[in-house]
Amino acid sequence: MSITEVDVLVIGGGVVGAALIRELSRYELDLVLVEKEVDVSFGTSKANSGIVHSGVHDRPGTLKAQLSVRGCQLFPELAAELDFLYKQNGAVVVARSREELVELEKLVENGRANGVKDLSLISREELRRIEPNLSAELVGGLLAPSGGIVVPFDLVFALTENAVANGAKLMVNTEVLGIKEEKDGFFVRTNHRPIRAKLIVNAAGLYGGEVAAMIGDHSIQLYARKGEEYLFDRKLEGLVQRTVFPLPSKVSKGILVIPTVDGNIMIGPTAHRVEDYDLSTSLAGWNEIFPAARKLVPTLQPTDLITAFSGLRAVGTSGDFIIAPSIISPRFINAAGIESPGLTAAPAIAEYIVELIKDSGLPLARKQKFNPRRTVVRLRDLDPQAQAELMQKDPAYGQIVCRCEMVSAGEIRDAVRRGATTLDGIKLRTRSGMGRCQGGFCTPKIIRLLSNELGLPPEQISKNGPGSELLFGRLRGDRAKEEKQHA
Amino acid sequence: MLNTKAVDLVVVGGGPAGMAAAVAAAEAGVEEIVLLERQAKLGGILPQCIHNGFGLRYFKEELTGPEYAYRFMLELKKKPRIQVKTETMVVTITPDRQVVTTSAAEGLVCYQARAVILAMGCRERPRGAINIPGTRPAGIYTAGSLQYLLNIEGFLPGRTAVILGSGDIGLIMARRLTLEGIRVRAVLELMPYSNGLNRNVVQCLEDFNIPLYLSHTVTAIHGQGRVEKVSVAPVDADLQPLVEKGFDLACDTLVLSVGLIPENELSLQAGVELDPATGGPVVDSFYQTTVEGIFACGNVAHVHDVVDDVSAESAIAGRAAAAYLRGEIGGNRWLPVKAGRNIRSVVPQRIVVGQATPLYIRARFPEKNAQLNVGHGHSKRRIVSPGETIYYTVKPEDICSQEGFVRVGLEGGKVDD
Repeated sequence: MSITEVDVLVIGGGVVGAALIRELSRYELDLVLVEKEVDVSFGTSKANSGIVHSGVHDRPGTLKAQLSVRGCQLFPELAAELDFLYKQNGAVVVARSREELVELEKLVENGRANGVKDLSLISREELRRIEPNLSAELVGGLLAPSGGIVVPFDLVFALTENAVANGAKLMVNTEVLGIKEEKDGFFVRTNHRPIRAKLIVNAAGLYGGEVAAMIGDHSIQLYARKGEEYLFDRKLEGLVQRTVFPLPSKVSKGILVIPTVDGNIMIGPTAHRVEDYDLSTSLAGWNEIFPAARKLVPTLQPTDLITAFSGLRAVGTSGDFIIAPSIISPRFINAAGIESPGLTAAPAIAEYIVELIKDSGLPLARKQKFNPRRTVVRLRDLDPQAQAELMQKDPAYGQIVCRCEMVSAGEIRDAVRRGATTLDGIKLRTRSGMGRCQGGFCTPKIIRLLSNELGLPPEQISKNGPGSELLFGRLRGDRAKEEKQHA
Repeated sequence: MLNTKAVDLVVVGGGPAGMAAAVAAAEAGVEEIVLLERQAKLGGILPQCIHNGFGLRYFKEELTGPEYAYRFMLELKKKPRIQVKTETMVVTITPDRQVVTTSAAEGLVCYQARAVILAMGCRERPRGAINIPGTRPAGIYTAGSLQYLLNIEGFLPGRTAVILGSGDIGLIMARRLTLEGIRVRAVLELMPYSNGLNRNVVQCLEDFNIPLYLSHTVTAIHGQGRVEKVSVAPVDADLQPLVEKGFDLACDTLVLSVGLIPENELSLQAGVELDPATGGPVVDSFYQTTVEGIFACGNVAHVHDVVDDVSAESAIAGRAAAAYLRGEIGGNRWLPVKAGRNIRSVVPQRIVVGQATPLYIRARFPEKNAQLNVGHGHSKRRIVSPGETIYYTVKPEDICSQEGFVRVGLEGGKVDD
C-alpha cells in the first residue's frame, strides 16, 4: 500500500483543525488533514452555538482569554477573505437584579483586563431602547460591541476549502488507528492508507486524549459536556439584534438567546457532563432552556420551533485550553480541551500553533502564491439584478430546489463539488432542508441530485455517512419493470 | 434590468386549487392568465395520491389523485389564454401585485398582475415543530415526503414503520406501506380521536389489522445512523406523556403525519392578513383577501378534508377574480364571522351581505346531536368531529346586517367521555 508522505498531519476536521490547516497552507509544506467522519465539521463544530465571543467571560491570563480576544479581532478580515457567514452583531450581558448589576461591573473589569475594547454598562432604559423585545424585568446590561455571530460549519468549510485550494490534502472517512514515532517523524496507521508525517497536530476534539495516548502521552484527560440548542423559524428575525447572555454560572455562560446569521433565533445551550457520546435532545433539556430563554425574551413561542440539536464539548481538567507540544515528543502538538470559546479562538489558536511549529525546528517558508480568498454563490443573499445575471450565465441557479431557504440546483451542484457527499453535507453547505419545512419537499430532489452528481445509486445516499442511508432500494413493482426493460 | 410583463391574472400554484381557479377565471372571460408552478408537473400533491376516494363530491364518481388532476390538466389544455409556467418558483409578491419568479428556463421574471390568486397549498409539520426528543438519525419522514418517495420515485424507504398522527395522510400511508410489504407496527394519535375521515380509519387500518393507539405519542427517537426504535407513551387529559406507562417499538422508519400548515410566507409579503385559527388568509365570500385584488383558495386558505372542496372553492375564487377585473366586485358590504361554542374556525371569515356563501366550519371537540347555528339559520348535526368539515351554506336571509357580525356556534350537543 502506498504511503502518504507529508510534513504536517493535522488530526481532526473541526474548526481548530480547519483553521490550522488553512494557516499552514500559507507555507511551503506538504499538508494533510484527516477526519474520521464523512465530512469536515461533522463532530463538535457542527453543533456549535456560532458565537464569536468578545472575551469578557474568560479569566485574565489564560490561553482562553488571550486567544479568544485575538480570535475575535481576526474574524472581520477572515470573513471578508473567505466569504463565510459572519456578522459583528455585538453582545449584551443582562442583569436581572441590583445584585447582578454588581456582577456586571466585575465582568466589565474582567473584560478590560483581557483587552476587550469598547465595553460599556447600559441602563435599563438604554437596554430597552436597543433591544425592545427583552424582558422589562431586566435592570441593565453590559454591551460588548466586538462580539459577533458566525455559521460554524460554514466557517469550517470555508477554511478547509481555502486550504485545499492552496495545496493542502483533505482525507475524510479517515480514522487514525495508531501512531508510531520514527527517527524523523511519525508513522500513522489509518483505516485507509498509512501516513508518514514529520509533525502531527492533534486536534481530535473529543478523541484528543485517545490520539495523544497513541504515542504514549496520557496527560490529556478530557470529558464531554453536552449542550442542547433549539432553533426557531426565520420569521422571528430581528427579535433580538445582539446575542443576549445572562450572567454566567460556574460551568457555562448560561442559556443564551442567539440571533443566527441566517436570521433564525436559537436558544441554549445546556451544559451537562455526559459519559456516552450520544447526541439526543431531551425533554429535560427543553424544560431547562425554554423557561430560561423566556426570562430574557418573554414573547418566544414553542409553536415557532423548527428543530433542535445537541453537541458535545471536549472539556479538559485544567479549565484552560491545552495547546503545547506533547511531553513525549516536541513534534507532536496537542490542541486539546478546546471548549468555549474555542470557535472564537480558532484563528488565533492556528497562529499560536504555527509559532509552536517554528519552535519545533520544522522550517517554514512563506508560499509565493498563497490565495487567501474563497467565494461561494449564495443566491438568497444577492440582489435581484445579480440573481438575474447569474441565472443568465448558468440556468441551474434559476432552478430552486429548497423553497424555504431559496437554494438552487446550481448551489447544490456546487456543494457536491466543494466536497459534500451526504444529505447533511449538502444541508450544511447550502441551507437546503434547514428551513421551516425541514427538508419535507427538497429531500427527494436532493437525493436525486446527489446521486447524479456523485454517480451513486440513490440507495447509497446517506444522511451523514455509512449506516444512515435513506432508502432501502426500489419497490418490487419498479424493480420488476426495470428488469424487464433491461431484458 | 428585470424582465417585467403585464398580465391580467397570476395564479400562484398549479395544484388542484390553482388549476381550478385558472380554469374558472378563463371561462369567466379573463384574457391573460399566467399559472405558476414550482414542480415540473401540474397537480400539486395529487399525482402522488395514487389511492382512490377523490371526486365523489365534485365529479360524482370515484377517481384516484392522478386521474383527478388529469381532468383539470385537460381543461387547462383547452384554454390557450392560460400560460402554464412549470419549474417556476415565486420569490416575492408585493401588495401592488408584482410577482417575481425564478426558473432555469427564463431566469428572473417579474409579472405585474391586475389580480393575483394565491394557491400555494400547505406543507407538513416537521419533527422539530413538535419537539420530539431523541437522536437525529435517517429514517424520519413526513407522510407526504414518504408518499412522494414511494409513489413518484418508486423507492422503498424503510422496512418497519411507526406512524405518528392519524390524519388522513397518516392513515393512507399506513395502508400504502403495508401494501408494499413494509410492516406498520402502529399508528399513534395524541388526541382521544382520529383526526382523519372515519372511512379512512376503517379502510386503511381496520381492514389491515394495523393497531391505532389513541391518546399516545412518541416520547423519544432512538438510533445513531438509522432509526432503531421509538419510545411511545400514553398521554393524560392535558396531553402530557405518562412516561412510566411507556413502551418501545422497534422500527427503522418513523412517519410523521402531525398536521399541515398553509404556506403563507408569500401572502405575508403581500400584506395579507392571516387568520390564526386556520393559518390562512382572512377571505370574504369571493375568496378575496384583505388586500384588494389578491384572492386565496385551496389549502393555502385552510386545510381541506377532500380535494373536491378545494376545486369548488377555487372555482368561486377564479370567477370572483374575473368579476373583479371587470370592476364588478369591490366595496361590498360584509360582516365578520364570530366563532361561538365548539367552533375552531370558519371560512370565509367575512360574509358578503346578500351573497349565498358556502361555509367550511371546523369544531374544537367531538360531540353528538348538536344544533349548528349560523346567524339566524340553523341545522341539526348528528355527529361532530374536529377531523371532519361541517358544511353549511349561509343564505342571505340568515343574516341580519344590523347585528354587525354573523355568529356561528354549535349548541345542545352531547359530549362523549
